Amino acid sequence: MIELVGISKTFTAKQGSIHALKNVSISVKKGEIYGVIGYSGAGKSTLIRSVNLLEKPDSGSVIVNNVDLTKLSNGKLREARGQIGMIFQGFNLLKTATVYENIALPLKLTGLGKQEVEARVTKYLNIVGLEEKHHAYPSELSGGQKQRVAIARALAHEPEILLSDEATSALDPDTTEAILELLLKINKELGITILLITHEMNVIQRICDRVAVMEDGEVIEEGTTREIFTSPQHHTTKRFVNSLFSHKIPDEILATLNETGQVVTLSFFGESSGEPALALVSKKFDVYPNILSGSITRLKEENFGQLLIHLKGDTAEIESALNFLEQQQVHVEGLRVSENKNRRIS
Amino acid sequence: MKTRIEEFLELWGSDLWEATLQTFQMVGIALGISVLIGLPLGILLVLTRPEKALANKYVYQILNAIINIIRSVPFIILLFFILPFTKLIVGTSIGVKGVIVPLVVYTAPYIARLMETALLEVDRGVLEAYEAMGIKTRHIIWHVLVRESRSSIILGLTIATIGLIGASAMAGLVGGGGLGDLAYRYGHLRYEVDVMYITVILLIILVQGLQSLGNSLASRLKKD
Repeated sequence: MIELVGISKTFTAKQGSIHALKNVSISVKKGEIYGVIGYSGAGKSTLIRSVNLLEKPDSGSVIVNNVDLTKLSNGKLREARGQIGMIFQGFNLLKTATVYENIALPLKLTGLGKQEVEARVTKYLNIVGLEEKHHAYPSELSGGQKQRVAIARALAHEPEILLSDEATSALDPDTTEAILELLLKINKELGITILLITHEMNVIQRICDRVAVMEDGEVIEEGTTREIFTSPQHHTTKRFVNSLFSHKIPDEILATLNETGQVVTLSFFGESSGEPALALVSKKFDVYPNILSGSITRLKEENFGQLLIHLKGDTAEIESALNFLEQQQVHVEGLRVSENKNRRIS
Repeated sequence: MKTRIEEFLELWGSDLWEATLQTFQMVGIALGISVLIGLPLGILLVLTRPEKALANKYVYQILNAIINIIRSVPFIILLFFILPFTKLIVGTSIGVKGVIVPLVVYTAPYIARLMETALLEVDRGVLEAYEAMGIKTRHIIWHVLVRESRSSIILGLTIATIGLIGASAMAGLVGGGGLGDLAYRYGHLRYEVDVMYITVILLIILVQGLQSLGNSLASRLKKD
């Protein structure tokens, strides 16, 4: 659906040039929610803005629906942009226009008839749940409501793709949750492909199917949300995952614990809570599991839990216990003093 | 028994009325033409700025320089300086017609500057959102740029109009008439102090009224 192939972009500032994107390629499939996460300055904003060519990449191609947008004339590009909706951190609504006008005006300007405009505004205001705010001005709305109007405005063009440029970053946690819920609904019910950028891992966790992690103008890791959460490879990815689940234990404690056994993180999905498998382990093997910390949350629509446990026992016994756990669909990662970061054992 | 006011009005009423009308006429016509020239110039200034939609160093710099040059010349000097040009455009350099040209030359660049400032206040993000929706640039200019800054535009035009009233007062020197001319010819040259006072009061009322009107219109158009 969206195919960014080897795009690069350099900005020249007075202090020198900044390589915002270095040969970045990502591919977003039809119907999925694809998230790009990174700290500020990672280049994710430039990346999403190059999908509709708000930012023209210096090289590489931007292929949307099998058409290379970089090769289109201005007129054709405008048409193509009509198929790509976009929402922003700052909402970007007209302050001087009511909610209704904010959605209706762009439709009118793209040449839609009066009745069609009316029908669409009503339909999409309904979808975002703001039908009673028709005549309100943006200044009378809360942040979450403004974003809903912006979403309705984007949807009213009936695009196939929705780009979300940090759409929840200016919102409080509850409102963020509600907006993410709405994005999920749009994706499911209207079948709109969503590409979003964010610096908040909970956005990825709540709604994304696949993730790319960006740093310094490059994609450093890519995978399904499940892969990224269970076995993050890159240091930065781990930091993002740990921002949600922090099972950090002091080094001294870790050292003592490692003397008598091994400390591992268990990750599990779906209905299996990890606990029965752990009970089985202590029965089947000569090891004593001790839960140090744990948490359970949802990855999109799936339960995802993590347990940090200490397995006391003989090295060989621990090894076979861990193998058994992996057979039970539990993902195992080890923790060592020297690294104090996750390392895959198997 | 006639009061002093009645006496005064009988003597000067028709002159004052005529002068007021002339002032309105000069200011009105000059303002209309100046807006027609100044607003597009202001838009051009904003659009050709570095990193804007139609970034063009040369157009921007040249326009900038021309506006600065005209704005450096005091109106009273401009009035005489461009006499040949005035004659070329309207065929005469005196009367209301002759004074409209210098008033426009004086006011249009001023309005362009005021419009530039007003338009620059518009949030770049909104323009981008419309660009992202595939809206044509000319539509964005009118429906987003001008619309979103309309409150500041009104305030700018209020300032320009008041400046124009001041300039029109000097227009008497080329026979343009108006309140300023009346005050100068009778009040100053012929020591009719009453006339001077009354015209000044009329001008104060005019300016106050305009400013209040501009303020209230601007705040009504502003929705944030």
